[in-house]
Amino acid sequence: MEKDVAIIGVGMSKFGELWDKSIREITLEAAMTAIFDSGVHGKDIDGIVVGNMSAGRFTGQEHLGALAADMGGMSSVTAYSVEAACASGAAAVRQAYMAIKSGEHDMMLVLGAEKMSDVTQSAAMDTMSVATDWEWEGMFGATLPALYAFMARRHMKEYGTTEEHLSMVTVKNHKNAQWNPWAQFQRPVPLEVVMRSGLIADPIRVLHSAPVTDGAAGLIMCSAEKAKEFTDSPVYVVSSEQASDTLALHDRRDITTMDAAVRASKTSLQESGLTIKDIDVFELHDSFTIGEIILTEDIGITEKGKGGKILEEGLTELDGKFPVNPSGGLKARGHPIGATGVAQVVEIALQLRGDAEKRQVDGAEKGMTVSVGGTGATAIVHILGR
Amino acid sequence: MSDKGVAQIWRKIKSLYNIEGSHCKTCDTYYFPPRLVCPKCRRKGDLEEFHFKGLGKIHTFAIVRQAPQDFKRQVPYIVAQVELDEGPRLTAQIVNCEPEEIEIGMRVRACFRKIREFGQEGIIVYGYKFEPTMKVTGHK
Ligand SMILES: [Zn+2]
Repeated sequence: MEKDVAIIGVGMSKFGELWDKSIREITLEAAMTAIFDSGVHGKDIDGIVVGNMSAGRFTGQEHLGALAADMGGMSSVTAYSVEAACASGAAAVRQAYMAIKSGEHDMMLVLGAEKMSDVTQSAAMDTMSVATDWEWEGMFGATLPALYAFMARRHMKEYGTTEEHLSMVTVKNHKNAQWNPWAQFQRPVPLEVVMRSGLIADPIRVLHSAPVTDGAAGLIMCSAEKAKEFTDSPVYVVSSEQASDTLALHDRRDITTMDAAVRASKTSLQESGLTIKDIDVFELHDSFTIGEIILTEDIGITEKGKGGKILEEGLTELDGKFPVNPSGGLKARGHPIGATGVAQVVEIALQLRGDAEKRQVDGAEKGMTVSVGGTGATAIVHILGR
Repeated sequence: MSDKGVAQIWRKIKSLYNIEGSHCKTCDTYYFPPRLVCPKCRRKGDLEEFHFKGLGKIHTFAIVRQAPQDFKRQVPYIVAQVELDEGPRLTAQIVNCEPEEIEIGMRVRACFRKIREFGQEGIIVYGYKFEPTMKVTGHK
């Protein structure tokens, strides 16, 4: 029998450049916060799954499943780690979802973690480029920002999207992040400052990109029946979908659309019997601001080509019809790669519980997260409801 | 492990030096980089090696100003997605062209250049970059 899956606890470490902490410490911090939030005990947990992209290169440590179990004093528990580039955290959520739904695990601790500031900026860049088709893109000097610049320039050419649009995403997400105590940048940033920030890969500027971040996020997930023992107001994972596309951007049908995100969001909505209008709040993958613009089109918030224009109308603002990234998104909350997908789910769970304080979207009942790996080779969508 | 990159590059030399990809005889589609399975026909596909002419146009591009260690000395450089005349697109650097001169749709042709060095002791990789055809032939 298939089981309904619930989220009964959420937690995060602070996101930022945490020079005084190691990947063990931040992962444990997120885990303990989620465990305390849920009210479960270590003995209730029968599985751990950790999302991570490249701890081996960023910190010299792999085997994070066993490490997490060990640090939590639960080393007899089954533990896995999963990798799907920048969507690794979302992949961990989906692994737990499937394991609980199938009945294989009852109660799981889901973690996402990345420690990026232990290496230099250029080493971090090198490591991030392995999320693309390294042999045929990174090898020739195409950095991850350059590949997103490819999408941005093409989007500008075909749909009239402007540099101002790219910058407006940053302004919106920084504005939201000032009310998120876990965010890396808790301050607004004016449009002129974004538009004058240094170019990384034209037309992408520093302030159009997510920063280098350390951080971890955690969830306690269990079956709906089990959830009743611990809370009166669980958040349910209504649907979880994943799709793939070519690894290299140059092999895509159309580089201004992420086909994997189109497919995953479409099946996710179908499966849950909802339309995009039923979703009250969104966390979309804005590792580069053009990503958020493209995703608003791909999931159906707006039609193809209008992703820039809707920013002028304020449609995706906190008080707009489709609030996107109330947490500050990857841009302002920070983007510790493997942690991001879990952090997105943490934010939506808080929103649905009504615990998002000053960044709360009024009366939010359904929320969606979209995580993207690389330049869109993986897309993972979760719909949450209460 | 061999010196950084040696085996990895050696396996790809034909593609890097001659833009050798593949052509599926079943569906008549061209692929670069070469594929082992035709994504359209899968097991019904029939792939043969194919030598691309190396002519095409700029599909999109970026000017890279922050680069990983091995490319730092080249900054700023142009990297682009080039659409080959036979159909497929590939990612390559554009040389013999100033950042302000490049535009979408510009005709380019392949040239043989040094791509990168793998650190100080690593091997040097040669292969394709592209340059504007007008610079060479005077034609747009
Ligand atoms: Zn074929």
